[in-house]
Amino acid sequence: MTGSALLEVRGLTVRFDGFTAIDDLDLTVDEGELRFLIGPNGAGKTTLLDVVTGLTKAAAGTVTFAGEAITGRREHAIVHRGIGRSFQTPTIFESLTVVENLDLAESFRRRFVGRLRVAKRASTLVGDTLGRIGLTEVATRPAGVLSHGQRQWLEIGMLLVQEPRLLLLDEPVAGMSSQERAATGDLLEELAVDHTVVVIEHDMGFLRRYARKVSVLHEGRLLTEGSVEDVQSDPRVKEVYLGRSHERDVAEASAAVAAAIRVTALDDVDADDVSEMVAAVAEVDVSEVAADEVAAVIEAVESDAGTDRDQTGVTT
Amino acid sequence: MTATPSLRPANAVNPWIARAGLVLFAVALFAWPDVLDDPTRTRQWAEYLCYAMIAVGLDIAWGYGGMLALGQGVFFGLGAYAMGMHLSLEQVPDGAVPQFMALYGDQTELPLVWRPFQSLPATWILAVLVPMVVAGLLGWLVFHRRVRGPFFAILTQATALVFWLLLIGQLKVTAGTNGLTNFSTIFGRSKYEPGTPRYLYGLAAAGLVAVLLIGRQLVRSRYGRLLVALRDNEDRVRFLGYDPARAKTVAFVVAAGMAGLAGAFSAPIIGIVAPDQFTVLPSILMITWVAVGGRGTLYGAVLGALLVSWGKTSFSETRPDDWLYLQGLLFVVVIAWVPGGLLGLVRSGRERVAALLAARRSAPSTPTPTPTSTEVAPA
Repeated sequence: MTGSALLEVRGLTVRFDGFTAIDDLDLTVDEGELRFLIGPNGAGKTTLLDVVTGLTKAAAGTVTFAGEAITGRREHAIVHRGIGRSFQTPTIFESLTVVENLDLAESFRRRFVGRLRVAKRASTLVGDTLGRIGLTEVATRPAGVLSHGQRQWLEIGMLLVQEPRLLLLDEPVAGMSSQERAATGDLLEELAVDHTVVVIEHDMGFLRRYARKVSVLHEGRLLTEGSVEDVQSDPRVKEVYLGRSHERDVAEASAAVAAAIRVTALDDVDADDVSEMVAAVAEVDVSEVAADEVAAVIEAVESDAGTDRDQTGVTT
Repeated sequence: MTATPSLRPANAVNPWIARAGLVLFAVALFAWPDVLDDPTRTRQWAEYLCYAMIAVGLDIAWGYGGMLALGQGVFFGLGAYAMGMHLSLEQVPDGAVPQFMALYGDQTELPLVWRPFQSLPATWILAVLVPMVVAGLLGWLVFHRRVRGPFFAILTQATALVFWLLLIGQLKVTAGTNGLTNFSTIFGRSKYEPGTPRYLYGLAAAGLVAVLLIGRQLVRSRYGRLLVALRDNEDRVRFLGYDPARAKTVAFVVAAGMAGLAGAFSAPIIGIVAPDQFTVLPSILMITWVAVGGRGTLYGAVLGALLVSWGKTSFSETRPDDWLYLQGLLFVVVIAWVPGGLLGLVRSGRERVAALLAARRSAPSTPTPTPTSTEVAPA
């Protein structure tokens, strides 16, 4: 981990028929980083990957990889410079076997004439990768028989055997079961040891568990950047990401909790319980920032609950 | 410790059986005229063998690479004209021009394009090389602009039409619609000699075996798998670091070379080289061969070309007017109900039998299915 900039995006603008998908974006990813990209739908996350990998052309701005400008280069040329990418929907070659998929990915640097040879066995790197992604047993079966999770792993494996310097993963755990998510997360942490990885992910639980540094995109711009905690406590992030303010979240959640307490007539609620409930209802972390608000809510709830019970007692 | 994993698919045919099959096929191919025992039939089958060569090339481009090339007649024609020019020059004394030239334009000097074809070795080389160069230029241009699918098909079909128009238009060089014909001597031997059909058949059979060997090497190599990957998802291949334009051009060039070679063999066998043989309709018929036999398998392509051509001859002998209807029907039936072609049927049958046998074998020995660990070390 040298910490020097590996990927630099400067003043990037992308337009589709007048719609600005990315608007004067600056982003730097250092060598050895595991970076998460989040943002609501349409924030420009996938478009950013598209520009970096050469699929989409930029209207303005530059993308620099390892000190070399790669803006406008063709897809395969960018791959040769060491950028690998996975897609939202795993795309593998179904009529080839699992090991053939990996072998095809691995041999992209081979000279054309060398590719005409009939190879009987794949390399040890392919063998090791098969084990790493847990597909050794199905290696000689057509990739078309794989489950969704296995396809995603195969695609990640295909990136690995290419030994890229930068891995770009577009929603690697979308549509996965919880066990598959955990396995993918472990794989991701392993990858991050010796690769620079950029992950687009929507799943907040996954993000909390595995993210180190997070960049938040919104309407094609970089909204904020920092640790998971920093980003989550940033009210602007709540605002754009959940489409409403953090304060309103807490207020709404508190009201919901208060209602729940009223209905179930809970006694002896304490601040921790309520914080948890508020968090559960609002699907947000009640951080220290909100502690004061929660304390106030508890007081309100307790006095409310007291009156409610009194009133109930009177009427019956 | 991880060993190097085998690249052989689980459902692949045993390589020794595959090799034995190839040898058996070659032996049967060379022995076939003895079974036919008829010079006319032998000449016809020699013609079918040329078509099989085209089909192998087309299968590489279309069956494996997914490029629906509807203009293979152009490359077949270029090869045929190359050999046709040589054979025309064989009929006249050295330095003289073929008869039709004197007839159409009082030419006494051989046109420049005809000159290389005075030599037989140069003719063989050019018959393969010229189609490859034309396909290379066309492919490079088209694939770089990401023209594919139906657009590519239409474009190749248009080239077939343009080629036909050129042949007819350049009357003084190509003899127009009449074409090149009257090859009384072929490579120094008389056309009427009783052994000539058999001799030509032997040449074509050797050519077909060579084409099959080249094709087999190609489709079994990493390049072959790259082609299949391109067929299945070209965009994804780009992100694996491959330039699809280059890989596709190579397949298109190989297919053109094989069609050119077939053309060179076919000129003395058919005995005439005329524009109508190489236009749009014959080019579409070539697709039918591959579709009927089974695209994505080289033997399927060979089988399809042989069977459909044989069917065409046999059917036309009794009902000359109805063949076109039958051909159309055949194509529709195959596309709609048998997308894998004849060999596709054989393959799915083989897999069904294998599954049945596997079920029977495992049923008594393991009454309860044992859950296997997902982390078994590779063999």
